[in-house]
Amino acid sequence: MDTNKYLIGENFDEMFIKEGECRTHYQDFLKLLSKTSPKKMSHLQHSANKTQVAMGMTFNVYHDNQGVEKILHLDIVPRIIAHQEWKHLEAGLKQRIYVLNQFIHDIYNDQKVLKDKIIPEDLVLGSKDYLKPCQGLTPPKGIWCHITGTDLVRNNDGKYYILEDNLRCPSGVSYMLESREIIKRAYPDLFNKLGVMPVSDYPVKLLKMLQYISNKSKPVVGVLTPGIYNSAYFEHSYLALQMGVELVSGVDLVTKGKKVFMQTTKGLEQIDVLYRRIDDTFLDPLTFNPDSMLGVPGIFDAYKAGNIAIANAPGTGVADDKAVYAYVPRLIKYYLGEDPILENVPTYLCREEKERKYVLDHIEELVVKETNAAGGYGMLIGPKSTKEEHAKFRELIKKNPTNYIAQPTLSLSTVPTWTEEGLQGRHVDLRPYILYGEEIEVIPGALTRVALKKGSLVVNSSQGGGSKDTWVLYN
Amino acid sequence: MLSRVANSIYWLGRYLERAENYARFIDVKFNLMLDLPPDLKAQWEPLIITTGDQDLYKKKYDTFESKKVIHFLTFDTENPNSIISSISFARENARVIRENLTKETWEKLNELYHFVQKSAEKKDNGKDDPRSFFESVKNQILLLYGLADSTVVRTEGWYFRQLGMFLERADKTSRIVDVKYHILLPSPNWVGTPLDFLHWTALLKSVTAFNTYRRLYGNIEPSKVVEFLTLNKYFPRSVFFCIKEAELCLHKISGSSEGGFGNPAEKTIGGLRSKLEFTEVEDIIQLGLHEYLDQLQMKINQISDKINTNFFQIKDNFSIQNSIQE
Repeated sequence: MDTNKYLIGENFDEMFIKEGECRTHYQDFLKLLSKTSPKKMSHLQHSANKTQVAMGMTFNVYHDNQGVEKILHLDIVPRIIAHQEWKHLEAGLKQRIYVLNQFIHDIYNDQKVLKDKIIPEDLVLGSKDYLKPCQGLTPPKGIWCHITGTDLVRNNDGKYYILEDNLRCPSGVSYMLESREIIKRAYPDLFNKLGVMPVSDYPVKLLKMLQYISNKSKPVVGVLTPGIYNSAYFEHSYLALQMGVELVSGVDLVTKGKKVFMQTTKGLEQIDVLYRRIDDTFLDPLTFNPDSMLGVPGIFDAYKAGNIAIANAPGTGVADDKAVYAYVPRLIKYYLGEDPILENVPTYLCREEKERKYVLDHIEELVVKETNAAGGYGMLIGPKSTKEEHAKFRELIKKNPTNYIAQPTLSLSTVPTWTEEGLQGRHVDLRPYILYGEEIEVIPGALTRVALKKGSLVVNSSQGGGSKDTWVLYN
Repeated sequence: MLSRVANSIYWLGRYLERAENYARFIDVKFNLMLDLPPDLKAQWEPLIITTGDQDLYKKKYDTFESKKVIHFLTFDTENPNSIISSISFARENARVIRENLTKETWEKLNELYHFVQKSAEKKDNGKDDPRSFFESVKNQILLLYGLADSTVVRTEGWYFRQLGMFLERADKTSRIVDVKYHILLPSPNWVGTPLDFLHWTALLKSVTAFNTYRRLYGNIEPSKVVEFLTLNKYFPRSVFFCIKEAELCLHKISGSSEGGFGNPAEKTIGGLRSKLEFTEVEDIIQLGLHEYLDQLQMKINQISDKINTNFFQIKDNFSIQNSIQE
């Protein structure tokens, strides 16, 4: 296949420096491409799709009437990351997660960071994700954010920027693992030749981390799912299967004497660690949202009594607030005395008058986001929206300024992607996964989400995004 | 094992067996139709009576044409017992307990589901010979059984699945025998004629029992066929065999010894098993075949209810003890 016709826009392209000039770490892949016919590429793509259906690798889309299951399109062209670059990312992520954990512990305990006025007190304490019942708590081993899936993007200056921290229940790790298995079948020789770091031991590492946060020597571990209608249900059951632990939902659990038990065919069995994939406020209807049907009444008391470990710890979500995000570089400086290794995207807080004025005047150039929404919902991409939408968001911001932040529109980098019109550049982001147990570990791989529509910058699976396998090279 | 998981595994077993039996029913009926003399019309109504779906069917259709009946039993999603419904339920149950299944089991079941869904979308199904479809459903389910047999560990989950499968099979075999009761011969003079013979043969074939029956019993005699399919101790689809196996599963699950009983489910199934063990076919004929089978099916439903309260609904350790004392 001829890659000379591949076009690069204004943005950074992960494979080509400019038209016809390939980056070093993509050379071997380029050689393979030149020997592969478009027909063969289509064939590879087709069999990848088929494998996904057979494996039942599906996710559910909310507000969608066409049945409950969809396949997340997996593009067969990988995203390759050179070793040096990865080292940089790894160091930056470790630094960031360490500080975020310090920060969360601080705001629920001594609140030094608030007293020192590094971050406005009302911004933290007034956040709907700040859980008062967690005040004074130290979770097992002092860890709050055990599992993180940080979103990064690469701008046209070639630098990576942190976009979101995703400290609640980051999903997609199962796609990282299963996509690798599928892509391995497509390019068996290349893996050896290139030296791609494996990701398949993630479930083992996850289990080890979960066992570590219990004070028992052989703790009973479970994955807590909201159930089959949750968009990430496939992942919940996948992780339980891979770790060899129970997948439980709220109806399976009861609490007695501040301990949590599973209802089994032989009666009650105590459970010691939960990897929960339901939101904080749904965890316990007695402590938080009384309408929650998904949670376990009394589990928070059991947690406070130290009889069950929960990952991620309840209350962690406050550090994921998009307004708190703006302060993370300052937090790194405050807790470590270091400069951040990975930069934030410049962020305008609509709660501050000066910044709000700027946002209202420049809304057509900016991306506006709700501070506590996820999944690409509740956002406005200024340059891609109509005048009416601009006006609508101006009103929304004026009405409730604390609820919004704005950022300049980044030009997300592109990766060659197999489309119906052949190989074309599509915009991507990067979501590596970080585990915080005995130490902080960044898994050498990631979920690369790709906006499949030409020119689109929205990579969310719920809005027409697909995925790519992400290769981190040994050398 | 989680009660919810055990419940799903049990129903996975039942739905797969149900789908397989429906495929058998229709396949055999179709075969029988080809052998009938040209002036006799095939009777499709008994098939609906056998499966116990007549109320729903009559709400939807006025007549019992082959096409309508086949569609109703195969692709009608409004019929909760149709093949497509059973396979979908089996898959839904598998999906919620996927972490408890082997990868191959899930993938093959998923494949079967997509196969049936795709076949349902095709408009020309049943136009020509629909038997290849039923053959394929049957084969794919048998493949799942084989997979389970050689890959699944013999712990609680295995026994719950077997339990569901055997109870469902006991129920379906009893219904197959019952179908003969509903197939009308043109007049009593037809008893013992080639047509009567054809009916009994078809019945045996629907449970893959024709050759075995011939070897064990020789001539086709109604009372012997009934004995073979309900009371035989060695044939894996006979009602007695299935109930005995299901009873064993229950004892494996509870860990109690095989004599006697340790919970209400074991008590009810043990009662039925010993009753069957000491029944002769003459007793059945005397009571009336249809009446006997009706009671049998009710008893099987009772057992299923007991299993439900004993294993799937328990809330804590105390209520188990309470239920034993009942």
